Amino acid sequence: MRISVPREIYAGEKRVATTPEVASQLIKMGFEVAIETSAGAAANYADATYEAAGCSIVNADEAWSDADIIMKVRGPDDAEAARLKAGQTLISFLWPAQNPELLKDLSERGITAIAMDSIPRISRAQKMDALSSMANIAGYRSIVEASQHFGRFFTGQITAAGKVPPAKVLVIGAGVAGLAAIGAANSMGAIVRSFDTRPEVKEQIESMNAEFLMLDFEDEDGSGEGGYAKVMSDEFIKAEMALFAEQAKEVDIIITTALIPGRPAPLLITADMVESMKAGSVVVDLAAEQGGNCELTEPGKVVNHHGVTLIGYTDLPSRMAAQSSQLYANNLRHLLTELTPEKDGIINVDMEDEVIRGATICKDKETTWPPPAPKLSVAPPKQAEPEPVAVVEKSKPSAAGPIIGAVIAGLALLGLGAVAPPSFMGHFTVFVLACFVGYMVIWNVSAALHTPLMSVTNAISSIIIIGALLQISSSNDLIMWIAAGTVLLASINIFGGFAVTRRMLEMFRR
Amino acid sequence: MISIQGVVTGSYIIAIVLFILALGGLSNQETARRGNWYGIFGMTIALVATVVGFVNPETYPILLAALVIGASIGLFAAHRIQMTQMPELVAVLHSLVGIAAVAVGYANFMGHGGQLTGVELTIHDIETYIGVLIGAVTFSGSVIAFGKLSGRIGGNPLTLPGRHWFNLGLLLAVIWFGYQFVIGSAAGTGMLPLLIMTVIALVFGIHMVMAIGGADMPVVVSMLNSYSGWAAAAVGFMLGNDLLIVTGALVGSSGAILSYIMCRAMNRKFLSVIAGGFGTGGGTSASSGEQDGEIVAIESEETAALLLAAKEVMIIPGYGMAVAQAQHVVNEITKTLRGKGVNVRFGIHPVAGRMPGHMNVLLAEAKVPYDIVYELDEINDDFPKIDVSMVIGANDIVNPSAQTDPDGPIGGMPVLECWKGETTIVLKRSMATGYAGVQNPLFFKDNTRMLFGDAKDTLDAVFKAL
Repeated sequence: MRISVPREIYAGEKRVATTPEVASQLIKMGFEVAIETSAGAAANYADATYEAAGCSIVNADEAWSDADIIMKVRGPDDAEAARLKAGQTLISFLWPAQNPELLKDLSERGITAIAMDSIPRISRAQKMDALSSMANIAGYRSIVEASQHFGRFFTGQITAAGKVPPAKVLVIGAGVAGLAAIGAANSMGAIVRSFDTRPEVKEQIESMNAEFLMLDFEDEDGSGEGGYAKVMSDEFIKAEMALFAEQAKEVDIIITTALIPGRPAPLLITADMVESMKAGSVVVDLAAEQGGNCELTEPGKVVNHHGVTLIGYTDLPSRMAAQSSQLYANNLRHLLTELTPEKDGIINVDMEDEVIRGATICKDKETTWPPPAPKLSVAPPKQAEPEPVAVVEKSKPSAAGPIIGAVIAGLALLGLGAVAPPSFMGHFTVFVLACFVGYMVIWNVSAALHTPLMSVTNAISSIIIIGALLQISSSNDLIMWIAAGTVLLASINIFGGFAVTRRMLEMFRR
Repeated sequence: MISIQGVVTGSYIIAIVLFILALGGLSNQETARRGNWYGIFGMTIALVATVVGFVNPETYPILLAALVIGASIGLFAAHRIQMTQMPELVAVLHSLVGIAAVAVGYANFMGHGGQLTGVELTIHDIETYIGVLIGAVTFSGSVIAFGKLSGRIGGNPLTLPGRHWFNLGLLLAVIWFGYQFVIGSAAGTGMLPLLIMTVIALVFGIHMVMAIGGADMPVVVSMLNSYSGWAAAAVGFMLGNDLLIVTGALVGSSGAILSYIMCRAMNRKFLSVIAGGFGTGGGTSASSGEQDGEIVAIESEETAALLLAAKEVMIIPGYGMAVAQAQHVVNEITKTLRGKGVNVRFGIHPVAGRMPGHMNVLLAEAKVPYDIVYELDEINDDFPKIDVSMVIGANDIVNPSAQTDPDGPIGGMPVLECWKGETTIVLKRSMATGYAGVQNPLFFKDNTRMLFGDAKDTLDAVFKAL
């Protein structure tokens, strides 16, 4: 089948849906690949390199008309959509929830559309998850942009010309973008803190060497379906806002990445907070396109308010076009690999496959979006904590148990002493004392020596041979032979036990 | 005139002190070898004193013959044995103590010529009876443990319906026959109840160990160790011999403490391990842990590359390493990596393997320096800093569901948290579950790579690739 990659015509869009390297791999999978003239130019992929990789270079009309599969980054605008024909398969970001007319139009005209933004978030589909790839780049780029507008070092330095404090960065929302931002800020030397409503990401934040800001609030889990965040209660938001207000006075850079699927971005940084920030501080709002986490950001623009730079770029991945094209192209390649199980260059949109089903938004004139709920969520639901009350109740009778036991044992001992001969009680004293000595001596044995200890105690327990020795001189032949046999068995144990212990201990070395 | 009796008692005191020093010495690597020598000296002194003090010189030839034969067999076995078979050897040696206690008990019962009467006779009979009982249980239990450890008997717990009632019935029968025995003994008979009880005790020992699953073997082995001590102590009471009582009590309590330590390491109640049948009740929760994610397999070359790229490597050995005899190549890999500046350490779970301290012995055999071998508690907090954890033939001890599924069969058991590291490589023969029969979510984690195959073969390949 023929794959066609048209040039992105959206203003400012520099990405391209495939790179020469990926194209050559697609060709190996049995596809023909056609690239529109200068489609990759903005991302520094020249037509000649595509040609060298085995692609054909075509003009725009051919790219749209003569193709079975059309791969794009941005969804088609009206003019582009009109060029699509029945039977063609379109793969790109489509955002069906935000573009219901486009979905209806594509569906009615018999176009198969696969939305890269609708790939289910399950482990198997991670390699096709273009949202994550783009978020990763956006997170990194947010730090780059912030550092450009921040008039100071990120890292603390003590120089001959004076001391420079390290920059403090607050990252709100530790999704893929947030974690990438944490990593980038950290590697530049800043002190990084992060906040997220989902407690399970605490570990991830700490693994990136950032401080997780705990909210002093009773347990509320912000994890929604598919590993995304969900809307929190009013009290929680209040506590959260207080935390941000306090942090805003202290930090130099705030990166906000908070998004809730299918809703406008939550408002986290108010105008008051921005005004409380130090002059020269920077806020990068990665949610600008969905309305912004910061009250004052303007989508696509950099504005200055009270000396604070507010960055609202919505095209951060496109600002690193070569990198994002490469990752996006790889995501597409993995998807095509799933679509062509036979590796014969013929795609099969298999609606039984969970990943393909999830991403396909229309097929055979039928709208197939939204897909049925995914069977599995990324994070397992939290185990319900056992009732703490039950523990308290349990521990109460257990305190009485040993006392009762001790009393019974003591009484039994007194009863025994009343009837037993003195010699027995003497032996019994020795016995009890020896038990305690054993207990004291053994308690601190290091675990590595458990086996040698066992074999040595085993050898020592064959002291039972004494019993046989006392009997071996018996005048009764049967007893004598039993005793001789016992001596034999016990001596196997004595010699075997000590020898094997010695052998083991020889091996322990520093 | 010199009192022979007094000299013998003096020697016994020396022997007792030496035994206590032996056990004390064994608690620490530096003093362990000395501890073993204390034990040998103590034993020698006790033997010589007893032989000189009590044995009729006419029986020296028989005694000597028995000693020499026994010594040769013991030394031969000790030198020929492979370190991986150590648990089996220990189990066999326990069974010898058990049978010796039984034999001494019988001989004593046949030998005592009615000098005792009344309460003294009753107490003596009860001592004999208990000595034989514990000895017989130790013997048959150890034989079954040996069978399980050497693979001659399947490792799955045998759970008869109503097994607790069965045990209770056996116990009641033992008490009843004990009563008969005491009455019979006073009348000059009593051999029959003793014999019947011995059979019951043998059955009980078999049944007890059969009901315990393979994963609990470390507990069983140390428990049998404890029993062999109690058997010796009971014989000591029977003979009125303080040396036997003290030594038996020392061994008995040390074994009991070891069992307790093992149980604590598995977060299991001692009684529930002994009652057996572990690993059968967890079927429901095991199936409820549905797995998301997929298994990512890798090859030996990639493993080698990962290891070389790492700064901190943790090796977590399990029973699979013992089975595959892979400890030597593990040491080679360790040496190579350390030579290249990789900080390789070992994390040992207390119940890894089939015997307390099993992994330490194997690593020591392969000459892995013991100061890079760490215990669970020492090392568990370090995992977030580890680049690559290599799990060799272990399963339950690295199962995160012990923490996430508190009601599961291994819920609450401390585990090595290798998934907190950067990458975990799991060497395994197949996807089969561990002894606990629980699916392991670790294998499905994003940062886990599976290296399938026999641990020895795959590690050889890894070593070559290094």
